[in-house]
Amino acid sequence: MQTAHHPVTPEEVLARADALRRTFRTSFRDQVVEGIYSQAQTLADRSVSRDHGKKWDLDQRIDRIVTSPWWGLPIMMALLTGVLWVTIVGANFFSDLLFSALFKVEDWGVSAFNALSAPWWLTGFVWHGVYRGLAWVVSVMLPPMAIFFPIFTILEDLGYLPRIAFNLDWMFRKVGAHGKQSLTMAMGFGCNAAGVVATRIIDSPRERLIAILTNNFVPCNGRWPTLIMLATIFVAAQFPPMVASLAAAGTLLGVVLIGILFTFITSAVLTRTLLKGAASAFSLELPPYRRPSILRTLYTSLIDRTLFVLMRAMATAAPAGAVIWLLANVKLGGQSLAAWGVEGLNPFGHALGLDGAVLLAYIVAIPANEIVVPTLMMIYAKTGMMMDENGYEAIRHLLVDQNGWTLLTAVSLMLFSLLHNPCGTTILTIWKETKSMRWTLLGTFIPLGIAFAVCFAVANIARLFGAAG
Amino acid sequence: MTRTTNPLPDAPPGHDCSTCPSFSHLERLGIRLDAWDRLVALAGNPNTGKSSVFNALTGLKQHVGNWPGKTVSRAEGGFRFNGTRYKIVDLPGTYSLLSASEDEEISRNFILFGKPDCIVVVADATALERNLNLALQVMEITDRIVICVNLLDEARRKGIEVDLRSLSRDLGVPCVGTVARTGEGLPNLMRAVSEVIDGTAITKPVRTHVPAEVETALAELVPMIEEVAPGLPNARWVAFRLLDGDLRIREALLNGDLSHLAEDQHKPANPAAPSLVSIHGSQ
Repeated sequence: MQTAHHPVTPEEVLARADALRRTFRTSFRDQVVEGIYSQAQTLADRSVSRDHGKKWDLDQRIDRIVTSPWWGLPIMMALLTGVLWVTIVGANFFSDLLFSALFKVEDWGVSAFNALSAPWWLTGFVWHGVYRGLAWVVSVMLPPMAIFFPIFTILEDLGYLPRIAFNLDWMFRKVGAHGKQSLTMAMGFGCNAAGVVATRIIDSPRERLIAILTNNFVPCNGRWPTLIMLATIFVAAQFPPMVASLAAAGTLLGVVLIGILFTFITSAVLTRTLLKGAASAFSLELPPYRRPSILRTLYTSLIDRTLFVLMRAMATAAPAGAVIWLLANVKLGGQSLAAWGVEGLNPFGHALGLDGAVLLAYIVAIPANEIVVPTLMMIYAKTGMMMDENGYEAIRHLLVDQNGWTLLTAVSLMLFSLLHNPCGTTILTIWKETKSMRWTLLGTFIPLGIAFAVCFAVANIARLFGAAG
Repeated sequence: MTRTTNPLPDAPPGHDCSTCPSFSHLERLGIRLDAWDRLVALAGNPNTGKSSVFNALTGLKQHVGNWPGKTVSRAEGGFRFNGTRYKIVDLPGTYSLLSASEDEEISRNFILFGKPDCIVVVADATALERNLNLALQVMEITDRIVICVNLLDEARRKGIEVDLRSLSRDLGVPCVGTVARTGEGLPNLMRAVSEVIDGTAITKPVRTHVPAEVETALAELVPMIEEVAPGLPNARWVAFRLLDGDLRIREALLNGDLSHLAEDQHKPANPAAPSLVSIHGSQ
């Protein structure tokens, strides 16, 4: 040891450490890691005994099938379609129930307010504004979430997710992204903000950024209900009842695949432009399959996830309902503010295959994607409008018969919903995770730009071939 | 994400409890953590059931997913065992402390700077060798450590048997077998933790063998580090990291984080004692 006459400073320690490191013949890390590994092996060998006579591991047999090059992807798609199909069928049923129950409450509330001779604007604001916003959110969102989440969580508990990562790894490698990105995408199905946080499992900053910037192309639970509703009303309706829900599930699968396609395209472009580099190697454990504990799964997915998301949606839907009611009822120059907004946005909306009301709904719904459809309904429905039908039939009547929607409008809205900018929470999360204004802006505007471009192209091509809308 | 449920006043009667009186002293406190006596961290490889151990002890419903990397940030909860209040921190899974990704960084920083009274390394009984890699690294940092050999049920199913006694002897730290999902072995785990903390169980963690030239370098660096940060309990490990050129540790040395760590070690490991006394007094 050196004899230090003055107190040792941290800088000196570092300098000495660096000097010592240079004297090593082989890489320090290799030496240490090797030491640890060999010691761990010796220790484990001494205390672990294996019964080799046990039957051939069932896990490995299952893995041979679900991660096989031939069967892996088809099984994955079949599973996803199955999950979507169950969700659609179930959501259809429960949404109708909720619709009729909740709107009955609205009628009662309005009657009660009228009986107490409350001023018209109070009744309108409370019942047609705030309450209706909440009722829409609950009846449109709750059923699909309450079905989709538990099924998804059971797959997760089983240990299927890492197998997906394994199956898709080669594709991500091709576009210069990280194989673990499929895990963060799977989280994105639940919530894109959660997906963005989940990218912490990716070691390389470059690949982590790619995963963050593209997570939005996975439809989150806030957008599932929109997509499910549109698929049910516009696609399933074209098919005989026997196969209608299957057609809707197929449509949703298509939407997910388009999202994945854009994830790959965007990743590939980023790899060649802003985030140049090669995909890094990684190892991912395939955990043993475990029997999911059904009760706990139901608890976590229903209470923790579903209710949490629903609360968030309601928290944003209530003020949004109020805003919409105000927009629809504050008149300026003989026309409501909402009407002015819709009118102003109409040409732009039309170019995208949509209309002004959709764009206005998206602007109001920037804080949370969940409330796009309810907001849209409220813009269309205006105040005081009575709805005779229940559930999806009411929405269909409103969209198609009263507001001239076509298949093109529905397709454009599905694409826009899939591709457009992330919600406010996700944008905030991107900023928190990257601490960079640049990446936050890119994370917002890359998807928005793509959504505009794709919708514009689709609308124009469709009209060229004579589609109405 | 953590959310509370009604904390159970007592553990549910289970097969393990009848033979083990002290499990009835476990009171789950959920996230009611206004005061605590001891801080315990759960570390371990991904997917070894850390979150299950956490849930079983705290009564919380931290989401448990069967894939490596589910927990990306730390979750905190509390419980009371034999009259002592424990705060327990569930760390993201990590294969090593040579940290590369951010979730691993979170774990490492907590083990190093979070001043836990005890670290429980949760290990997968079916893949003990790989899991011991991490345990050995944690043992370089602290000797207040308990190894929780979890997933014993899965190991049994696969015909794997772990001799916990011999493992404890070889490692020089308590090794407890558990099945966190059913609660099997958790009372033993908690007893081991409390014994390590109060010093009734003396741990002598085995040190990793390093080549002679590294040992020489360590011998030179350790006294220097101890001079810069007197009282640092793990100067040897810090020297390891500096020799490896670990940026985070370099930074910690330069900005004084390490010295603060050393100073805090001299304080009694009971940061919330006053408020706890007052709470007990009012009861």
